[in-house]
Amino acid sequence: MAVETIPAVEIKNLSRNFGTFEALNNLSLVVEPGETLAVFGHNGAGKTTLLKILSTVMKPTRGNIYYSGLSIAEGAENVRRRLGVVSHRTFLYSSLTAYDNLVFYSRLYDVAGYETRIKQLLNRLGLRSRMYDKVGTFSRGMSQRLAIARALLHHPEVVLMDEPESGLDTFAMDALWQLVREDSRTVIFTHHNLERGFQAASRVVIMARGKMFFCPGVKCSFDELEKAYKASLETA
Amino acid sequence: MREIAKACVIAAKDMLTEIRTREVVSSVVVFAVLVIVIFNFAFGSNPQAADLVAPGILWVTFAFAGVLSLNRSFVLEKEEDCIEGLMVAPISRESIFLGKFFGNLLFIFLIQVIVIPVFSLLFNVGFFNIELVLITVLASVGFASVGTLFAAMAVSTRARELVLPVLFFPVITPVIIAAVNASALILEGGGLGDITQWLGIIGAFDVIFVVASYLIFCFIIEE
Repeated sequence: MAVETIPAVEIKNLSRNFGTFEALNNLSLVVEPGETLAVFGHNGAGKTTLLKILSTVMKPTRGNIYYSGLSIAEGAENVRRRLGVVSHRTFLYSSLTAYDNLVFYSRLYDVAGYETRIKQLLNRLGLRSRMYDKVGTFSRGMSQRLAIARALLHHPEVVLMDEPESGLDTFAMDALWQLVREDSRTVIFTHHNLERGFQAASRVVIMARGKMFFCPGVKCSFDELEKAYKASLETA
Repeated sequence: MREIAKACVIAAKDMLTEIRTREVVSSVVVFAVLVIVIFNFAFGSNPQAADLVAPGILWVTFAFAGVLSLNRSFVLEKEEDCIEGLMVAPISRESIFLGKFFGNLLFIFLIQVIVIPVFSLLFNVGFFNIELVLITVLASVGFASVGTLFAAMAVSTRARELVLPVLFFPVITPVIIAAVNASALILEGGGLGDITQWLGIIGAFDVIFVVASYLIFCFIIEE
């Protein structure tokens, strides 16, 4: 008898309205444990809204999300403990040092032995020598690398990333994917570049006008993705 | 208990930010001292008038200086969307409110610790007695609770520097009136028994607004 696994993330009939505008419209999606899902879509398709609801920053108008069976409506704090979030913005305080920022987030997430973890992450992201420098003196790419360290401090089971490669050089992009794929993490990310996103993902979906426009059960070919993306632009 | 512990982590972060930048305390203290010096020059030639207006001057100074520091507290969280960083952390929205409230309260106390001796010196009034400390502490709790809530509301608006005072001052007026009257009675030689009704007003305001702000805050940051 086949053993049924609980999905890492299950989105059920999710809708989000801003006034009369429907940013998400009855969206459903299942992400299995260990999957790396790329979400594509034109500007305004609803990708960022979806990630904001997935990260519990925003509440849905209707529908629910389950992380390993745990509903965000009932156990948001427990869900957040399992999530790592990399956004457009870094969530870092520019007047504090890289170390101060990571210590602050470690305390919020109750990271045991955080000094070792911080040094380990900063080493891997090439920021150890700038550990005691203020984040305000960092370049965009360095800040983004530090944001990745912040998101992974507490060994999250699911990582949500909105355009994670923006501002990163090749070394940092490699480090990013190596780090997030450790411990068989489930990853959901958005990307503006079809080719880069396709390479990084184990499955892809396309959103258009707040709905799932293209959602194959397994990874499709790049040609199929490109064709579906062009068709999605016509609906925009 | 965990909620309080996480709130302390946020408040400690705000203090550390201030230690690193010295932006808020230095600018607010300079502003507050300037206001007191200007009033001292205006009333300096008339000691009777100075005695009469001294409590009002002190509390108006605290109110204006408080707005400056409250405005800054959420501006820091808005830069790089740090408030979202707090919202995705495994803490309740109420912990975020308490953290910012504790941080603002500490800033207000710090400003008062620096400004009150200058005020006492220039206006020749003794401000170091237990009744005045009690009035100051209770009024500061009201300032910080209302200020934290309205600063969170105002930070998402374009004209936040204007929005916060417009929201804050009408609501905080009962605390200022009660604090001015209670301080005046104490400076005239009254005791704790003379100011119980004013302390009652400030205390009731504190309880209502700390509880209301604590409950409303989550709706404000999620919208």
